[in-house]
Amino acid sequence: MAFVDVKTEITGNVWKIVAKAGDAVEEDGTLLILESMKMEIPVSAPEAGTVSEILVAEGDVVSEGSVVVRLEV
Amino acid sequence: MPDFDIVLIANRGEIARRVIASCRRLGIRSVSVYSEADATLAHVAEADESYPVGGSRAQDSYLRVDRLLTVAADSGAGAVHPGYGFLSENANFAEAVGAAGLVFIGPDPQTIRDMGDKQRAREIARRAGVPVVPGSRRFEVEQLDGLEQAAETVGYPLLVKASAGGGGIGMRRVDRPEQLREVAMATQSMAAKAFGDGAIFLERFIPRARHVEMQVFGFGDGTAIHLYERDCSLQRRYQKVIEESPAPRLPAEIRDLMAADAVALCQATRYRGAGTVEFVVDAGTFEYFFLEMNTRIQVEHPVTEMLTDRDLVAMQIELARGTLRPVVQAAVKPVGHAIEARIYAENPSKKFMPSPGKLERFRLPSMEGLRVDAGYREGDTVTPFYDPMIAKVIVHEATRDRAREKLAQALRAFEIEGIRNNRDFLIACLNDETFASGDVSTGFIDQRLDSLLASVSA
Repeated sequence: MAFVDVKTEITGNVWKIVAKAGDAVEEDGTLLILESMKMEIPVSAPEAGTVSEILVAEGDVVSEGSVVVRLEV
Repeated sequence: MPDFDIVLIANRGEIARRVIASCRRLGIRSVSVYSEADATLAHVAEADESYPVGGSRAQDSYLRVDRLLTVAADSGAGAVHPGYGFLSENANFAEAVGAAGLVFIGPDPQTIRDMGDKQRAREIARRAGVPVVPGSRRFEVEQLDGLEQAAETVGYPLLVKASAGGGGIGMRRVDRPEQLREVAMATQSMAAKAFGDGAIFLERFIPRARHVEMQVFGFGDGTAIHLYERDCSLQRRYQKVIEESPAPRLPAEIRDLMAADAVALCQATRYRGAGTVEFVVDAGTFEYFFLEMNTRIQVEHPVTEMLTDRDLVAMQIELARGTLRPVVQAAVKPVGHAIEARIYAENPSKKFMPSPGKLERFRLPSMEGLRVDAGYREGDTVTPFYDPMIAKVIVHEATRDRAREKLAQALRAFEIEGIRNNRDFLIACLNDETFASGDVSTGFIDQRLDSLLASVSA
């Protein structure tokens, strides 16, 4: 078992958290949705796995490159 | 009309600065407002007074009607300028401003409400004799009687659209009658699942469309003028990128018909103030149809201001104040060619993802016939809370070619560092052969995307 850190590619606000710890996700499955400059940008799983930890809460401001979800693959 | 000498600007960034500039020209005091994220921006420092209205998110500040009205009362403002976006086309806000004894700088609330309802707006336009996109009535699930006849009336190619859909979701194209019923049923079933409403309607599809809009100005007494057109065909995901006037290759007689229709609509609604009547134009046949009317000052209004040498914002304020001297149509004279490019904080090579951040370097170009409207200065931070536009660069020249070249030159001279932006993408658009030839349509950016992006990274 290995862990993958999922990072955001943009600076924005966490608009909606879609997945929760323990969820099995497919590759490209949406984990959470960021909102930045009036656009909604999904953050998706880089590969299939199980969500081990969500590191942000709805309403948080996240900066580019920060880890938002830890995935067990 | 009540006179006033203090205007509250219920907006931010470049349009707030734009309104402050016209207030100053008219000798009127300006009051601006700001959210937590915007406290250090230019529109705060430049107004005669400025007040905080809440948190960084728009719903906590620029959309808080109660706080805006409190600021109006505290500052002694007699009128409110809404700018564009935020509350500018919110009829309830316009009503609340009036109920507080203040002048709303814009049309009356009923006009805002009518034009905000797309179906009602089309009906009003149709009654004023303005062509609207041919469409059918609603067809409910399992009630497709009369569908074929309706399709013949609308004309092919057509779109089958989900009544509850929007923004391109839930529509399918039909080119031939024999495909119609199958597509209609499939769209109904999809719409029932996606929107909980399976109703559909038909609408004429224009394969190569242009977006051409008419700037209008109504005096509120049933008289109105137009200030010529703007071609805004260069869009990406319904976001305008480059706007210009005159519209390239648009026959003058078509332009005149559109202008007359736009004025007729303003006369019919006794329109008051600046507005924009949007048309979709068939790039092949020049057939044109009413799309909607925007009851506010537009982002791209500087194109018209440079073309006609008018201050539209000052006209709005003076009309609201009762001091505007009537302008006759013949006095509006377009000269040369004007083009605007919008600089966005986005990354073209990464699917145009938003790119907020600090403007480490932000040096505006300066040359004759050039105007730059920006909400930010060097050192400011572009936050993720608002739209991504950081500046508008507008040029005015004798011909389209010269304007196009000068705009490219101005963009090259614009120094922006610290955030990714679409400056080079805009230059690629301006230098594109198809664009240079004036062969514009709303599909331009999507069709030429690879070649446009290639010259960005090159």
